[in-house]
Amino acid sequence: MAVRTEPFVLNMGPVHPSTHGVFRMRVTLDGEVVVDIEPIFGYLHRGIEKLAEQRTYTGIIPLTDRLDYISSMSNNFAYCLAVEKLAGIKVPERAEYIRVIIAELQRVAALLIAVGAFLNDCGAFFTPFLYMFRERERIVDLFEMVSGQRLTYNYMRVGGVSQDLPDEFMPALRKFMNMMPRFMAEYDRLLVQNEILIARAKGVGILTGEQAINCSASGPVLRASGVKWDIRKADPYSIYDRFDFAIPTQTTGDCYDRYRQRVEETRQSLHIIRQAMEQIPSGPVRAELPQLIRPPAGEAYAHIEAPKGELGFYLVSDNSIAPYRCHIRPPSLINLTALRDMVRGWKIADLIIIFGSIDITVGEIDR
Amino acid sequence: MTVSLSGKEVALKIEGEFPGSLVESSQENLVVKSDHLLDAARFLKETDGLDFDYLNFVTAVDYYDHFEVSYMLSSLEHNHCLTVKTRCYDRENPVLPSVVGLWQGADFQEREIYDLFGITFEGHPNLKRIFLWAGFEGHPLRKDFI
Repeated sequence: MAVRTEPFVLNMGPVHPSTHGVFRMRVTLDGEVVVDIEPIFGYLHRGIEKLAEQRTYTGIIPLTDRLDYISSMSNNFAYCLAVEKLAGIKVPERAEYIRVIIAELQRVAALLIAVGAFLNDCGAFFTPFLYMFRERERIVDLFEMVSGQRLTYNYMRVGGVSQDLPDEFMPALRKFMNMMPRFMAEYDRLLVQNEILIARAKGVGILTGEQAINCSASGPVLRASGVKWDIRKADPYSIYDRFDFAIPTQTTGDCYDRYRQRVEETRQSLHIIRQAMEQIPSGPVRAELPQLIRPPAGEAYAHIEAPKGELGFYLVSDNSIAPYRCHIRPPSLINLTALRDMVRGWKIADLIIIFGSIDITVGEIDR
Repeated sequence: MTVSLSGKEVALKIEGEFPGSLVESSQENLVVKSDHLLDAARFLKETDGLDFDYLNFVTAVDYYDHFEVSYMLSSLEHNHCLTVKTRCYDRENPVLPSVVGLWQGADFQEREIYDLFGITFEGHPNLKRIFLWAGFEGHPLRKDFI
């Protein structure tokens, strides 16, 4: 006998532990199977692009901290690059190296959180997360040394960084770099062969390479689908062309691949930091600039490979002390475009981990 | 290094295919007429040698007398990029064709422009406000909002 059923609409969020912030999904279900979803944003919208139009070029840097607050340093970096491109400012050599070291440390920290949160979503409540936080804590300690802050660093400046590395930074960094391989081996021992993780994540939420490109996905999400595209290699900014590193890619584009991709990228970041530590010269850390930067009229777009993907700033100047328009290209928002196609047909428990494997920060989506 | 294609050279190719579709072109970008936007976009995506398969971002700028909407396109295969722009002079009811059919990545970004600039994208599958609520009055990123 056929049982008459009807679709059931479930609201997930805005305050829900697995939505990584204030984000809502309206999920249409057929029993336990996801028929359709609609992501609903805006709960953290602060109008940063509008605020930026009334601030000086330097005054915007603290706003960028509050985009993807998991990786504030990367946001600072992308924004400063855009202003430097717009105004034609050259950054001193030492500052470039400091930026690369800091940005790669930030990537390690952000990817650790991404992996930890993903495992949380898989149901391994807080044990792996705690391990990941243990290492992130050391990176945050390093950032506190250079900037005095632990979350919103506001460290980079147009034309360099706000201050030189303190004396205790390099020894502490060296110590961290010596410890990190051991930690990485520990994660692999816990997770790579983990039967539960494989059962939950392998083959789930597949995103093909073509779909990923069509949806403008970027970062680990794009590379886990087998597309070899990393802005650090494809369009090298700062001094990334001086370092030797690989672009790891995966093949199937499922949740497990996205998890593996992040772990592999962490290794490459550590490799870059090691090279930068050897090569870093001494010298000034900030270009000599007037107090108020007044770029010539025009526009510039600078993008970086942020931990979550392509983070870009599109600035339009009218030769005043504030940008005429400041557009932020948020990787978190654009990576979510593919979510609907990825989750349809999966169960609601899979929806949680597929969503977790994309790795978003709501501060960047809503801006 | 990503090669930034010359807007002038690409403009010649588009002009050859769709005469009268361009407003102007420069080294950095090219500006197409809004009613030819979809034709030009499809041409850029599907022509061999151009193959712009990746849409980096879409955004709008309010210049008081017109809106300028920029599409930054890349080709992952050839590693080149190009900025295509179009202009919209109607402030009361600005309308542009949607490119979601070509690059799905434009979905949320066009909704964002609709929300914050009030530009309608014809052919968008789900055009409604993305950050602000349905009853919100005005479009905050317009220069005359405050």
